Amino acid sequence: MLIEARNISLDVPDMGHQVLIGQRRKLRILNNVSISLKKGETVGLVGESGSGKTSLGRSLLRLYEPSEGQLLFEGQDITHAGPAQLKPLRRRMQMIFQDPQSSLNPRHTIGNILATALKLNGMDAGETSIAAILDRVGLPSSAIRRYPHQLSGGQRQRVGIARAVALKPDFVVADEIVSGLDVSTQAQVLDLLRGLRDEMGLALAFISHDLSVVRYLCERVVIMKGGEIVEEGQTAEVFARPRTDFTRTLIASIPLPEVTPGWLDETPLERARP
Amino acid sequence: MPRDLRIWLAGGFILFLVLVAVFAPLLAPFDPLEQDLMAATAAPGVEPGHWLGTDSLGRDVLSRLIHGTRIALTVAFVAATLACLLGTLLGLLAGYYRGWVDATVSRLVDIWMAFPPVLLSILLVAVLGAGLTSVIVAIVVIDWTRFARVVRAETLQQARLEYAEAASALGMGRGAILWREVLPNVLPVVLVLLSLEMGIAVIVEAILSFVGLSVSTDTPTWGGMIAEGRQIIYQAWWVLVFPLGALFLTVLAFNQLGDGLRQWLDPMLKR
Repeated sequence: MLIEARNISLDVPDMGHQVLIGQRRKLRILNNVSISLKKGETVGLVGESGSGKTSLGRSLLRLYEPSEGQLLFEGQDITHAGPAQLKPLRRRMQMIFQDPQSSLNPRHTIGNILATALKLNGMDAGETSIAAILDRVGLPSSAIRRYPHQLSGGQRQRVGIARAVALKPDFVVADEIVSGLDVSTQAQVLDLLRGLRDEMGLALAFISHDLSVVRYLCERVVIMKGGEIVEEGQTAEVFARPRTDFTRTLIASIPLPEVTPGWLDETPLERARP
Repeated sequence: MPRDLRIWLAGGFILFLVLVAVFAPLLAPFDPLEQDLMAATAAPGVEPGHWLGTDSLGRDVLSRLIHGTRIALTVAFVAATLACLLGTLLGLLAGYYRGWVDATVSRLVDIWMAFPPVLLSILLVAVLGAGLTSVIVAIVVIDWTRFARVVRAETLQQARLEYAEAASALGMGRGAILWREVLPNVLPVVLVLLSLEMGIAVIVEAILSFVGLSVSTDTPTWGGMIAEGRQIIYQAWWVLVFPLGALFLTVLAFNQLGDGLRQWLDPMLKR
C-alpha cells in the first residue's frame, strides 16, 4: 500500500462555541475512516458539502493531524510526524486545490510559484525546466511572467496541476478541481489529469460531489456522509448496484443528458428507479 | 476624481512639502525667530517682504510656516513608520499564529482602545517630558493599535486562503509562509494605513504643540503658531489662518494619497 489510513478520526475546535478560558468544545468531522490506495490507483471520494471528503483528503496528506487512528505512507507511520519527518515526504504527496484563484498567490508570477515549489524540494528551477512543465500541462512558456489574475480559470487550474505534478509525486489529492470551471474546460482539465496519472503512475484521490466525473476517472469510489464512509467499492459495481439509499440519491442527482418535462418535480429517489 | 490624478496631486503636494522642509533655511525670507516689534501684527503685504504678515512679536509668518514644515514632516514620517512597523509585526503574528499570541495582542489592543487617545498622548508627553522624541514615542505608543487591528484581520483572512495551505503542502515552513506568501498580500493595506497615519501624526503633533507639550517654543511649529494666533485672532487673523491652512492641506494630502492608493492597489487583485 502506498498510503493507508486506519480508523482515523479528526476533531476540530468548534468555532461557533465561544469560551472565555480553556479548551473549545470539539467537533468530530471524520469518524473512524479507513481507506487505502495502491500505487497508480484512482479512488473517488464522493459526498455532499460537509461530508468530510475534503478533510479526509487533507488528512491523507497530513495537512491535518488525525486525532485518532493511524496514517501510513509506504508502511511508515506518519500519524503524528513532525515537520522534519514530513519534509522529505512532502515532495511525494501533493495536492491540487479546488479554487486556483485562491490557491495561487496573487502577488507571485506563475514562474515564481512553480520555482518556489521546485526549489523547496531541491529540484531544478531553471526557466527551461519550468517551461517544460508548463508545456506538459498545455500552457505557453509566456505564462511564466504572468500573474494568476491574468489567466483564465482553466489556465489557472492547469497551473495548479503543474505545481503538484512538477515535483514528480507518487500520490496526489485532487480536491474538487473542476467544480469552478465550465463544462468544456472541465473535460479538458480532466483529460489532462488522466493523461498525467497514466504517464506518471500516480495514485490519485479524486474528491468530487459530481458522480459523472468520478465515473469517468476512478476505478474505486468511496461514498461519504457526515464524516463516515457509507459505501465503497469498484466504481462500476457501485453505480450498477448501489447498496444504500444515500448512494442511490447521489446517483440520481447526476443531471440527465436530456431534460424531460417535469424532471424537477420528481423526487430524487423516484429518478433513481429504472 | 480620477484615482491617478488624486495620487499625483496628493503625492506631488507631499513631495513639495518635503522639499520645503529640506531647503527651509534657503527658502525662508527671514529668520523665523527674528523679532521686529516695530512691525508686529503687520497684515500680509503691508510690511515689505512679509508676504504673509507678522505675528505679535513681529516674526515673519511665512518663514515660521516654512520652518514648521520640518517638525510636521519629521513627526509624520518617523512616528507613522515606527507605529506601522510595531503594529504590523504584532498584527501579523497575532493573525497568523493565533492562540495565546493573538489573545495577548487582541486584549492589549482592546485595553489601548479604551483610553482616550488625545488625553493619553498628553499624559505620556507630560511624563516623558516635552520634546520631539517624546512626541514621536507618544504617537507610536498610541497608534500602533490601528495597524495591529487591521493587519491582524487581514492576515487572518489571507492565511485562510488556499495559497497558504498550498505552500505548506509544498513543505514550506510556517515562518517562510508568513514572510513570503502572506506578507506581500497584506502590504497594500499597510501602505494605505501608513499614509493615513502620517496625516494623523501631523494632527497629533499640532495638538501637542497647541497645548505646549511638543518641542520647545523657540522651534516654530504649526500647532504652536495656531495657539499664538488664537489669542490675537481679532487683531491678526493671518497668524492663525495660514498655519491652519497648511495643516489642513497636509492632512488632506496624506488622506487623499491613502485613499488613492487603496483604489489603485485593490483592483490589481480583483481583476
